[in-house]
Amino acid sequence: MSMSKSEIYCDLLVIGSGMAGMAASLFAAKRGINIVQTGMNSELSFASGLLDLMGVHPVGQGRVWDDPWAAIDALLNDRPDHPYGFVKKEDIRASLKEFMAFLNDSNFLYRTNHDRNSHVITPIGTVRPTYCVPGNLWNGVLALKEKTPCLILDFKGLKGFSARQISEVLKKTWPDLRTSRITFPSYAPELHTEHMARELEKPETCEKLAGKILGCLRDSEVVGMPAVLGVTRSHEVLSLMERKLGVPVFEIPTMPPSVPGLRLKKISETMLPKIGVHPLLQHKVTRVRNNDAGDFIFEIGPSDHIITVHAKGAVLASGRFFGKGLGSDREGIYETVFNLPVWQPESRSLWHQKKLLDPGGHLISQAGLETDNHLRPLDKSGHPAFENLFAAGSVLAHQDWMRMKCGSGLAIATAYHAVNSFLELTSS
Amino acid sequence: MTLLKTDVLIIGGGATGTGLARDLALRGIECVLVEKEDINAGASGRNHGLLHSGARYVSSDQEAAKECREEGDLIKKLAPHCVENTGGLFVAVRGDDESYVSDFPGWCADCGIPATLLDISEARETEPELSEKLLAAYRVEDASIDPFMLSLENIAHAQKLGSSYLRHMKVVGFDKSGNRIRTISLRNTFSGKQTLVEADQVVNAAGVWAGEIAALADIKINMIYSKGTLLVTQNRISRQVINRLRKPSDADILVPGGTVSIIGTTSRRTEHLDDLFPTVREVDYIIQQGEEMLPVLKKTRYIRAYSGVRPLVYSESGDDDRNVSRGFTLIDHTKDGLENFISITGGKLTTFRLMAEKTADIVCRHLGVSNPCKTRTEPFLRTDQGRWTEPGLAPREWMKKNDPSDVLLCECEMVSESAVDNIIASLAQHRKRPDLCSIGLRSRVGKGPCQGTFCSLRIAAYMYDKGYFLARQGKGALREFLQKRWRGQRPLLWNTHLAQAELQEAIHCGFLGLELELSEKDQELFA
Repeated sequence: MSMSKSEIYCDLLVIGSGMAGMAASLFAAKRGINIVQTGMNSELSFASGLLDLMGVHPVGQGRVWDDPWAAIDALLNDRPDHPYGFVKKEDIRASLKEFMAFLNDSNFLYRTNHDRNSHVITPIGTVRPTYCVPGNLWNGVLALKEKTPCLILDFKGLKGFSARQISEVLKKTWPDLRTSRITFPSYAPELHTEHMARELEKPETCEKLAGKILGCLRDSEVVGMPAVLGVTRSHEVLSLMERKLGVPVFEIPTMPPSVPGLRLKKISETMLPKIGVHPLLQHKVTRVRNNDAGDFIFEIGPSDHIITVHAKGAVLASGRFFGKGLGSDREGIYETVFNLPVWQPESRSLWHQKKLLDPGGHLISQAGLETDNHLRPLDKSGHPAFENLFAAGSVLAHQDWMRMKCGSGLAIATAYHAVNSFLELTSS
Repeated sequence: MTLLKTDVLIIGGGATGTGLARDLALRGIECVLVEKEDINAGASGRNHGLLHSGARYVSSDQEAAKECREEGDLIKKLAPHCVENTGGLFVAVRGDDESYVSDFPGWCADCGIPATLLDISEARETEPELSEKLLAAYRVEDASIDPFMLSLENIAHAQKLGSSYLRHMKVVGFDKSGNRIRTISLRNTFSGKQTLVEADQVVNAAGVWAGEIAALADIKINMIYSKGTLLVTQNRISRQVINRLRKPSDADILVPGGTVSIIGTTSRRTEHLDDLFPTVREVDYIIQQGEEMLPVLKKTRYIRAYSGVRPLVYSESGDDDRNVSRGFTLIDHTKDGLENFISITGGKLTTFRLMAEKTADIVCRHLGVSNPCKTRTEPFLRTDQGRWTEPGLAPREWMKKNDPSDVLLCECEMVSESAVDNIIASLAQHRKRPDLCSIGLRSRVGKGPCQGTFCSLRIAAYMYDKGYFLARQGKGALREFLQKRWRGQRPLLWNTHLAQAELQEAIHCGFLGLELELSEKDQELFA
């Protein structure tokens, strides 16, 4: 095996390239911390693009909240061990503000509804709450609210997205919905959203498509379509489409991996290095030890090309089972990088409910790392396992981001708190 | 209220009921088969898919062993497209009861069941996954059978000859007059609509529910319910059926079928018939038992678990439900004062034809019909009804067709739009409204590695496009389909399957909010 001699010295290693890893890298770089980010296949490509803060509590009752902040209060009142409990409310607010500013600077605009949750249409016609809405979806939020006469489009050859389905599900409350199936200008028997989005970045393709839509627009006052309006220049593509059609246009998110998730991934990969993040993507930690000073020495591979990273601290934002931050076998659940203790149900029999869609959610969703107030994972004795290791995002215990609709908020707020804790504790 | 008239009403769409429909139809007797769910919803769809050579029963029930041998031979000959003639082994490992091993060949000879002694190295050569602790091995004539294709073929043949099949129809009452059942009330389990049937003869072939049906006619059948759990492996483990050469016990049969293998079963008394969940404990126990025979079972990936309930009719002998005869129970209720009511239950998949024949004989006697049974000689039709259940068929057809506009709705098992169209058309022939579960039952949809995460959504969208789903029907259909799959995934979720299940929950709950039961009022509030 040929071993490269690469060595990197940094202040902070962020382990993970999902939402929490992206946020932690951003906050660290913005604070002038010398930071390296590592991670394998980013879960961002599976993100919906919606940034949830807090939508449902208690999950067992399926109570949906319009005011996410009131929902957080109610949550922490009932479940004080939720990771939001470690982050001051003004810090949650500040973290979202800073994260959104970064996305907006990266030409990926987000909108919020006067600090309240908005209601967005999903590709199966359900309506769900979210906090920050990608700008390209915003007209859909307004149209749904106002019941504006609307044309929803789908594309021949794009499977899993049916305008008719959306209209059938919504028509009872939104009678003025029409649908139309369009042949995409560069038609192939089977279309993929990413390919379509790249095609539509060419103004001529966009204009051709607009021409086809005009043919069936009739008296509709707004047009909805699957999220394919460009990858990196999505706002411009939307504006061009609106100019050509003369009516507002909105996107409806599609099944993951979808274009809105891809947009986030692209921003993470291209914009973070510009503000000083040193990326080691498609790499993973294969070994870790401490030196005498307590600094971490990570070996990060592919195994035939190990890079040694010396770091004063680390943020573990490695995700859950799908993200491979947590692993499992028939005996139990373990943490994959540091082998930290994982809070988990007593036996495998308790992991999942008999009903997949049980309103209360599955107990295994609560599994994860328990931490101190600075988000430092605890060892078996209940003390921080390391002075300088912090955890952020879905790897944390006692939350159910999927049912609570708090995934992005959790990732961003805990990343913010983890980075600030690192600064606070290492400077003192 | 609809009124139907028929010569014979059959209750239950399992192997026995559908086999009886075919038997009667071949004798020229028209019947109506009603089923409260769909084909093989009970034990007929929840077993190994094993066509027994009979060797399994040589020590406990020689009668059953001989029946299996004869019936197995017939089915191999008459329905070869439903059978994979794999052959089978009986193997013992170190620690197993050696006196059972030495008695085995004699017992087989007594029942006329061929069993050839193999030497250990020869056995391990044909089945490399067998344990190094192998003690003895015999070759027998076991085979694997597709129970869904079998029942679908049975009913298709009967329909072709003029009989009809009504699914999602539950029997809710009998109207008796004197010593006869005059009418039978049915309720559609979706619409609640009532149907009244006037039948000359009524056959209760409801499997584990036979006791409940009989009770509606104020007749008591003492049933015992024995739950059995089985596991499906991701890859096929062996070429042949592999049985443990010991007194029948837990997790001692591995049956290959297409690209997978099935290991099981457990045997536990149960009271629950409709709420059947394989448990984590059963799964761990099956793996622990199975790996003694085939160590690979410890590490292999499992894609699904399922449980069935054996309908056994009570007898006084023994504590272990395996000692209750697997032979069937056929009751002419004339003895109970109802002269046009017959119950048939118990038995084995392998002997379904014989059970149907014996039942049809009584029906014919009651009707005064003397036409002889034809199912001993009449080959099965090869209709299209069951073909999409075959692993590997959908991809072959799709490749052969080579039509790029025929997109794949299920990418794991390569089920295309045209395959789904075919299934919907076959449902429509019998005026059945398609839903995701009935498509899942008739194809490989939802059975691949994604376990329905993506294909369920794609097919739901497709069915809206085609106008099969209206308003919010798709959401209910999705929930129902996903729950059906979940039941079998839940005890197997560790390692990669757990990650897959998490992705599924992230998409269906996290993204789509399918778990949120929004009332109409809520919907309006949001909207």
